[in-house]
Amino acid sequence: MEHTAQVEHHAEDGKKEVMRVTLILTVLTLVELALGFWMMKIEAQGTRLMIKGVIVILMMAKAFYIVGYFMHLKHEIRNMIMTIVVPLLLFVWFIGAFLYDGNSFKNLRMTYDSHKKEMSTKKVEKKEEVKEAPEVKKAVE
Amino acid sequence: MPDDIFVTEILSINMSTSTTAPVNTKWWSGGKSPFNVEYGKLMMWYFLMSDAFTFGAFLIAYGTTRFATAGWPNPNEVFKSYPFAGENANAPLVFVSIMTFILIISSVTMVLAVKAGQEMNKKAVVNNLILTIIGGLAFLSCQAWEWTHLFHEGAWWGRNPFINADGTQSTTNFTNFFFTITGFHGFHVFSGVIINIVMLIMTLMDKFEQRGHYLMIEKAGLYWHFVDLVWVFVFTCFYLI
Repeated sequence: MEHTAQVEHHAEDGKKEVMRVTLILTVLTLVELALGFWMMKIEAQGTRLMIKGVIVILMMAKAFYIVGYFMHLKHEIRNMIMTIVVPLLLFVWFIGAFLYDGNSFKNLRMTYDSHKKEMSTKKVEKKEEVKEAPEVKKAVE
Repeated sequence: MPDDIFVTEILSINMSTSTTAPVNTKWWSGGKSPFNVEYGKLMMWYFLMSDAFTFGAFLIAYGTTRFATAGWPNPNEVFKSYPFAGENANAPLVFVSIMTFILIISSVTMVLAVKAGQEMNKKAVVNNLILTIIGGLAFLSCQAWEWTHLFHEGAWWGRNPFINADGTQSTTNFTNFFFTITGFHGFHVFSGVIINIVMLIMTLMDKFEQRGHYLMIEKAGLYWHFVDLVWVFVFTCFYLI
């Protein structure tokens, strides 16, 4: 191929970049895990929600590094980047609209569906008993 | 003229990549790919985009259901075991983080295989492809163990032995979504391993040496990275939050 010589010229830079991105992905994953372990000890819903938000941001950062560097999209020309990224913007609406709808459905049910409302407050007797419940046991067999 | 600015920008991007484009390239004047990639690679990107929407639809359906449900099982209670552990194993996040690292590392070896292919280094391509295949098989084994373990706990499509985090009765939505989405991802990993094995055989048969390029490895690489990318989302949505 005509550009082989140039590829060799960039080969060392390429290897360095791979190692750098690997390190970033590893660190991001470790931070995510640390947040996950930390969250186990936290009861307050507000704080938990905030940590979940941070985890989602870290997830997006990981996605950026995988797509941008491992899949090489960042080094393609602008036309190429746009034809992939612009359609994916549909996800902004997709996620926002559907999660909002789900939340609204829950609020409606908790207001008007007395059975659901009762079920959401009735505790299951004991954890062990649920596992040993006859219908579950039968299903396992 | 704005057109000139655009062209200059394109050229400045091109300087940093391996692709050589003639000066004053007009990408949309016809006679060449306006995306400056080979046909098959562009089509792989479009396939992956459609696949992203499939996975996105699954995960958004899961999110919507979770938002529409008052209670949900605690993942740290459900996924707390690991192979060769006793009944009372309590190590949430440990096994799944091993799975995550296996997939990240296999993605790295795949990048190295692609890079070796660009340098026409057959031996390095073979070695890195073998490592990638081993990583993929290790991930699949981990998933097989986890599914078996959950099945023996009484979880499967249509039945859910776990209760909600707040102690209320849970629905089967939890297990249905878990097995469907991790199953769909696992199937992608499986296909990726098969594709990589085909690539390995083709490399060993000198197919790419005869063609003069290893572009096929780049396409397989794109698919494999996508599988890793999806796991980033699945891992976060099911195990962490």
